[in-house]
Amino acid sequence: MTTISDELIQQHGLTRDEYERILHMLGREPTVTELGIFSVMWSEHCSYKSSRVHLKTLPTTGRRVLQGPGENAGAVDIGDDLAAVFKIESHNHPSFIEPYQGAATGVGGIIRDIFTMGARPIALLNSLRFGPLDDPLVRRTFVGVVGGIAGYGNSIGIPTVGGEIAFDESYTGNPLVNVFCLGIAKADEIVKGVASGVGNAVYYVGAKTGRDGIHGATMASAEFDEKSAEKRPAVQVGDPFMEKLLLEACLEVMRSGVLVGIQDMGAAGLTCSTCEMGSRGGAGVTIDVSLVPQRETGMTPYEIMLSESQERMLLVVKRGGEAEVERIFEKWDLHAVRIGEVTADRRLCVKHHGEVVADVPNAALTDEAPVYRRPLAEPAYLADAQRLSLTSLGAPPPVRDVFRRILASPSVASKQWAYRQYDHMVRTNTLVIPGMGAGVVRVKGTTRALAMSVDGNGRFVYLDPFIGAQLAVAEAARNVACTGAQPIGATNCLNFGNPERPEIMWQFARTVEGMGAACRALDVPITGGNVSLYNETDGRAVLPTPVVGVVGLIEDASMVVRRAFRSDGDAIVLLGTGRDELGGSEYLKVVHGVTRGTPPALDLAREGALQRLLVRGVAAGLIRSAHDCSEGGLAVTVAECCFTTGFGASLDVPAVAASAPEFGPVATLFGESPSRAVVSVDAGRADELVRMAVAAAVPAAVIGRVSGERIRIAIDGTVAIDEPLADVEALWANAIGRWLDRPRAVA
Amino acid sequence: MKFAVVVFPGSNCDHDAYHAVTHVLGHDAAFVWHKETSLSGADVVILPGGFAHGDYLRTGAIARFSPIMEEVRRFAQAGGPVLGICNGFQVLLEAGLLPGAMLRNRSLQYQCEYVFLRIEQTDTPFTSACRQGQVLKIPIAHGEGNYYAEPEVVERLERNRQVVFRYTTAEGAITPEANPNGSVRHIAGLCNEARNVVGLMPHPERACELALGSADGLVVLESVVKWGRESFLGDSRTDVTRDRPQEMTPDPISVR
Amino acid sequence: MRARVFVTLKPSVFDPQGTTVAEALHTLGYAAVKDVRQGKYFELDIDARTPDEARRIAAEAADKLLANPVIESYRIEVDTATAEAVTR
Repeated sequence: MTTISDELIQQHGLTRDEYERILHMLGREPTVTELGIFSVMWSEHCSYKSSRVHLKTLPTTGRRVLQGPGENAGAVDIGDDLAAVFKIESHNHPSFIEPYQGAATGVGGIIRDIFTMGARPIALLNSLRFGPLDDPLVRRTFVGVVGGIAGYGNSIGIPTVGGEIAFDESYTGNPLVNVFCLGIAKADEIVKGVASGVGNAVYYVGAKTGRDGIHGATMASAEFDEKSAEKRPAVQVGDPFMEKLLLEACLEVMRSGVLVGIQDMGAAGLTCSTCEMGSRGGAGVTIDVSLVPQRETGMTPYEIMLSESQERMLLVVKRGGEAEVERIFEKWDLHAVRIGEVTADRRLCVKHHGEVVADVPNAALTDEAPVYRRPLAEPAYLADAQRLSLTSLGAPPPVRDVFRRILASPSVASKQWAYRQYDHMVRTNTLVIPGMGAGVVRVKGTTRALAMSVDGNGRFVYLDPFIGAQLAVAEAARNVACTGAQPIGATNCLNFGNPERPEIMWQFARTVEGMGAACRALDVPITGGNVSLYNETDGRAVLPTPVVGVVGLIEDASMVVRRAFRSDGDAIVLLGTGRDELGGSEYLKVVHGVTRGTPPALDLAREGALQRLLVRGVAAGLIRSAHDCSEGGLAVTVAECCFTTGFGASLDVPAVAASAPEFGPVATLFGESPSRAVVSVDAGRADELVRMAVAAAVPAAVIGRVSGERIRIAIDGTVAIDEPLADVEALWANAIGRWLDRPRAVA
Repeated sequence: MKFAVVVFPGSNCDHDAYHAVTHVLGHDAAFVWHKETSLSGADVVILPGGFAHGDYLRTGAIARFSPIMEEVRRFAQAGGPVLGICNGFQVLLEAGLLPGAMLRNRSLQYQCEYVFLRIEQTDTPFTSACRQGQVLKIPIAHGEGNYYAEPEVVERLERNRQVVFRYTTAEGAITPEANPNGSVRHIAGLCNEARNVVGLMPHPERACELALGSADGLVVLESVVKWGRESFLGDSRTDVTRDRPQEMTPDPISVR
Repeated sequence: MRARVFVTLKPSVFDPQGTTVAEALHTLGYAAVKDVRQGKYFELDIDARTPDEARRIAAEAADKLLANPVIESYRIEVDTATAEAVTR
């Protein structure tokens, strides 16, 4: 038996203390296989050891919540005996190493998390962040990631109906690839990842196991340095066809009634699925890895247990149901292999040709994994970064130039270059396609529809994590409310740097506090999510980036509204109030190259009132289009309402009282105050909407009319922007494509 | 009328075709698994879109060998109407039931977007309710829709009036920008010499309901119902949808 | 016996992937590379007694499945060295 040296322990990402704990729990030295098992289960990615104490404070219950955090995905009741099952996950580190496959396997992973719960996946979203596009390596990463998401999602036939893409230097060596998936299940037929019933068979089904991805979990728990390029073999190649077969076969098996539990093999593969299922079921699992189908020869038990080969599922089958399970999988040309059984001892027991190579209590790997309350310290950069002296930036450029520059900046510009590659119409449910606001899909067999949006803003969180996190929740929920959908649940993906640095941990802790506050105020419980830490290269972390995915329910699918104006002559109403707030804005970044100031203030009560008004206004048939104000502010919002449908606008908006008067127009047009939306209404009914808003204590003012072929915005009567719509739209539409016409790194 | 929707491992748009036929059109449809050897008395066969066999090797290259294809071939030879949509069209090409082959889009990218199709021939089962020159707004979603055939074959197709759908502008004009993928002669869809087998890359089943963005695709399905009535039943009724379309079936969590 | 099957697009067929690869090589400084055609390569491990039999089987496989005769052509090489016992 191999001696466990200090070097071996370190290579496995375990600290000396953690190793001592293992010795204590086992009462002996671990075998190398056991060391591997502990190293992946106790890795940050699998154990959430740095984040658990904070995540526990999030609101996770509500009258619609059927399944909260702790399972493969969360679920909310949507009526008609149906549930929406959804979650968001990250695949950041693999996407840096191999963009196409990293992103593709990220999509594969989240889809499995949904159908393993017994839900048919019906929609995908993604939230992507990259460095600036003037870097050829970044262009290669961007093209690869979009290609991978398209390749996998299109092949498996699940529409990608929306998402967001943003750019900032901090993501250059650490792209963020967060993928969200939503599925529909019968509310009383949600399947859990649980192993129970002593003697029940444990089955393995799907792709053969190879050596790919070994230590993927530990890689996701470590930063990158120059040696990272050698870790290339740790990225898997996805097979969407195999996953399509698995999806259909598994859903069929679930209808057969012989399944006790099922879980997909994702991070830490066979290890994670076996001990987690056992742990949830209060049972033990014994398997013999020599029975596991392998596609490479000479694999050791260590390798088989740690492999992260894709497209594999673990099933626990009721006694007597084995033949049925095998028959259903054979029909789909898949081989389900019995590899073990459920026991009573609450341990994970791994054999190889009958000989025990690992024998560990489940609890040690799951509930009793280390939990850290890491030190927090307000970052040194913060006090200075929050100081913003506009006048020290020099006079602002002419408003017209600012308008064009912001519209052409990649974070704001049209993302059509990307979403045109995603099949967003397959399954014939898509009511609102990408680029038109939150994605909306109908729920066949009911009158309802589901709206969904993923949003985050790293700059705001960097400048004030507590407020920034609330703004992210508010924005996602507001996007959903703009379609007329009532937000009913949320998931989150928390992308941060190295948690062993107190400043990062402080960002994380404050973020979770803010997120919790906003979710409570807006009544949007968190049903599950993902934490991705160590997003750093050479000690430089990404902007702290919590991405929030909100799901909303529309009772009448025929009433869904989109963000674009619909007819000439409609009245344009601004809901909410803008203030003198340029901190952390796209304006400051694009024009002055700085991320400074404090994020816009957020009044959660006002935000809630606005969202409720939007839902009521749409349901009453009053609101004909709605778009929330976010990056780029009011002028960008109005422009986006004009784009695609080709209706111009003529507006006169009240000036924001600015502390630095020469920045007045900029603050009015490009300030990013939250809790605002630009809606259009039939001209004859504008008063009705304003009255409804006043009654709901939401500021509302008719600011203009849909008309002509220009975008004309005046501030207190003085024209500030007057541009031909087609011109400006072309600028916005072609911006990203233009960057990608330049040569990009090939290898 | 009874529609058979063939399902290969990897087919994705089978549910969409089924929904369009049963809920929107109001006729019967049944899924037929690729391993089956009978079409169970279907009047129309649809080969739907998707990624049969993952599109491995070449799109449609493996699906053409499925047991059901023998039956589809027999059905076609007997004059039965067969519609191949997107991947289904690719399967028909590989199976030799239609001439030509598919290459990757000129852009080398997958493209999901609306295009305009001009109806070139109205004497096929799937265009019998259309007007000559009618323009339909239908979505495409493919990475390999660049239709190719050798020059002599293309000439023959044109001479025989086998080009059924062409990519055009909204006004029906042939311009370079209107061709989304580089297909020769802007060919979006064609038929066999006997004119009963039709394949097209765009997805008419995705354009049967205005709520989804366009209902222009419905006429393709309505056509075969009209054709069926006139051919088999000698029926001259003009209404092709049933009085009461069937109840919308829930998105199948598992249909089989 | 091992048969290698090289499948390439017929010369008359436009090869956008090959063109893109050529352009990328030019960007990397390989102006000397004038043209690139992209194809597929298959290795078939065949149980045959003679190279001719292996070639015949490979050709049938290529005709029926590996190549699409409308747009692709192929050539075959047969390797007479017996395939090593697979242990890798």
